Amino acid sequence: MTRRPYLMLALILVLIAFALWIDLSNQVTIMNPFNQQAIIDRNVSIRLGLDLRGGLQTLLEADLPPDVSVSSDDLGVARQILENRSNALGVSEVIMQVAPPRRIVAEFPGIDNPDEVVASLQKTGLLEFVDMGNERPAPGTVIQTDFGQETSAQPTIIPTTTVSTDTSPTETPVDTPTETPATDVPVIYHTVMTGTALDSVAVTQQTGQYMISFTLKSDSKQLFSDFTGSHVNQILAIVLDKTVISAPSIDSQITDGSGVISGNFTQQSANDLAIQLRYGSLPIPIKVVESRTVGPTLGAESVQKSLFAGLIGLTIVILFMGIYYRLPGFLADLALIVYALLTLMLFKLIPVVLTLPGIAGFILSIGMAVDANILIFERLKEELRAGRTLQQAIDLGWSRAWPSIRDSNFSTLITCGILFWFGNAFGASLVKGFSLTLALGVLVSLFTAITVTRTFLHVTLDNIKSAEHPRWFGL
Amino acid sequence: MNIIKNRYLYFGISLLVIIPGILALIFWHLPLGIDFTGGSLLEVKFDQGVPLTGEEVSAIYADFSVPNAVISNPVVQPMGNDSLSIRSKVMTDATKSEIVTSMEDLSGSSITVLHFTQVSAAVGEEVAARAAGAVALAAVAILLYITYAFRGVQHAFRYGTAAIIAMLHDVLVVVGVEAILGYYLGWEADSLFLTALLTVIGFSVHDSIVVFDRIRENSGHYKKLKYETLVNHSIVQTLDRSINTQLTVMITLLALALFGGASIRHFVVILLVGVFSGTYSSIFNAAPILVVWENKEWQNWFRRKPSTAQ
Repeated sequence: MTRRPYLMLALILVLIAFALWIDLSNQVTIMNPFNQQAIIDRNVSIRLGLDLRGGLQTLLEADLPPDVSVSSDDLGVARQILENRSNALGVSEVIMQVAPPRRIVAEFPGIDNPDEVVASLQKTGLLEFVDMGNERPAPGTVIQTDFGQETSAQPTIIPTTTVSTDTSPTETPVDTPTETPATDVPVIYHTVMTGTALDSVAVTQQTGQYMISFTLKSDSKQLFSDFTGSHVNQILAIVLDKTVISAPSIDSQITDGSGVISGNFTQQSANDLAIQLRYGSLPIPIKVVESRTVGPTLGAESVQKSLFAGLIGLTIVILFMGIYYRLPGFLADLALIVYALLTLMLFKLIPVVLTLPGIAGFILSIGMAVDANILIFERLKEELRAGRTLQQAIDLGWSRAWPSIRDSNFSTLITCGILFWFGNAFGASLVKGFSLTLALGVLVSLFTAITVTRTFLHVTLDNIKSAEHPRWFGL
Repeated sequence: MNIIKNRYLYFGISLLVIIPGILALIFWHLPLGIDFTGGSLLEVKFDQGVPLTGEEVSAIYADFSVPNAVISNPVVQPMGNDSLSIRSKVMTDATKSEIVTSMEDLSGSSITVLHFTQVSAAVGEEVAARAAGAVALAAVAILLYITYAFRGVQHAFRYGTAAIIAMLHDVLVVVGVEAILGYYLGWEADSLFLTALLTVIGFSVHDSIVVFDRIRENSGHYKKLKYETLVNHSIVQTLDRSINTQLTVMITLLALALFGGASIRHFVVILLVGVFSGTYSSIFNAAPILVVWENKEWQNWFRRKPSTAQ
């Protein structure tokens, strides 16, 4: 590579231009010139962590005795339901992750009602069977029902025979006109009965088709029979926490309180629906074992102060390098700026959620980025003192400093890996953020120290002969 | 410059810092935060500027304490002029809201909740256990890596061990300083402290490796040289780098400590202490330990006349 510094320089310049473009934009769009379609359309604004923008982080755990194992399916289903529930609360950008074996990490950025959110996570979900008339809502639709609204919500539970469905939308015989006015803006649908009416739910298989069979408790049989009798061919939606999860149509009256839901189920989707029916809500009881609320004002203050501090630190380091190492120091400063641009670009592209320790990790990695250059320059000076020519000294300086740079940085990466593992196990996003930014910083600093500084140095020396004076190297 | 010659002096300086720290650990213990012990931490800002006293807060907490959620006797600490940090056992969110309302009523000031953190005791214990595991794992991984990276040198295992001893030195310094500062300033070891500690471990090993790398290189060039001389020469050769790197890292950390927000000051100060200790230990402990090992000097430690070592 040393023999082709101009090619490298060109590549580096392209990389810098790309980094600048990403760093300065919030939205990146690349259009296909042939059909004007966006090939890439990504939001690359900086993501701030909870500690910086305020919000709530909770760690939820299966509320079961420690010797009872929790299946990852149950945990996954619970996560899905909790996420629906929080979306129904109108909280945006909720992040929920399963942390096996028995935990779920939930983050709610920027909310101002943490108490309410925590309460809703812990409650048992509300399963309703809702009369939709002839309307077939897509799964995921949020609707309003009259259950719990007022006394009139007296459910008419009507048993029927077979409720057939398609979980796949589209075709179902739509027949009778309806009593539900589907036109008005806030339609409040009637809740026929709730999940408490269910006695048992099972997945069955008939001629290769998966179905869900259910039986009702005896006190609900009559209600269900009446309802299904008068609403044949209409839609009875299964609604969990006001979100439609399935919308079967009623094939015929169900008088004995037991029926099946059929449709294009896979084994998986049949199981999922059965679990939701069976538990009304969560397949496993959940408790909050950890919660952290951060006010938004504190965060904003921290960001400003840390950035200011970082800027001061960077400035002093740049001055120090320039004064102590002269020409190579100045070039290393340029490389340092390239380093900062590249790292910021990676933060935005990956994207890395920036937390306060994350910023600290980034600033610390500036110090480490300088270290690689210092190692090389000290080596360079030694080789010059030993009487080598400048070109030789540069190449020797790099190749001799490399083992120590490699080994020392690798050990830092090992620590980063262990920190990341530690943070991951507890949803400790602060620790995770720190290790991630530090590791990224170390990797990018390796690149800039090895490639960028060296290329700059070769190019400068090629063009400015007087730069070869030893004075410029702090000798 | 002969650093190796005075190695026992430098070991002594290390002990001078470490022993008080260990005493502080024994007598005062490491003040563990709720991340490790479980509990509830409420940080509030009184918008009109005059916070309640500790007694007033304790009285409010006592009012809301119920038999199955005892939260009386909270630890109340002022943060700045207008804010309080209150630590207690775990409470419900509803209780927290009521407590905040009561504090607003009593102080006549509106209150902003800056932080509210609750950790159940079980999770706390698990985090503490896992943290110890993380430190041990880091040590083993690094020991293995160094032994591998130095496989071409005689006694590669010694290099790994020496680096780990220097690392333990830094861990002891940092934990000891934390115990002392915890006693005087009320700082608590939380998961950020743990992050700082692990970073220090990484940095310490980073520094040791740079010195060892020079020994590795020089031992190829100067085969006739006495080991002591070789090690000393390598330390001196890398001294400029060690000092300059430390300076730049300390500058950035100092900037963070002085101008960064209060919420990371603890974290940054611990890093500062650790980074300084890390550089010191790599120069004055890690490399000299190799010499002690090479000479098997411990055979002379307990003889009446101290021999070559001094």
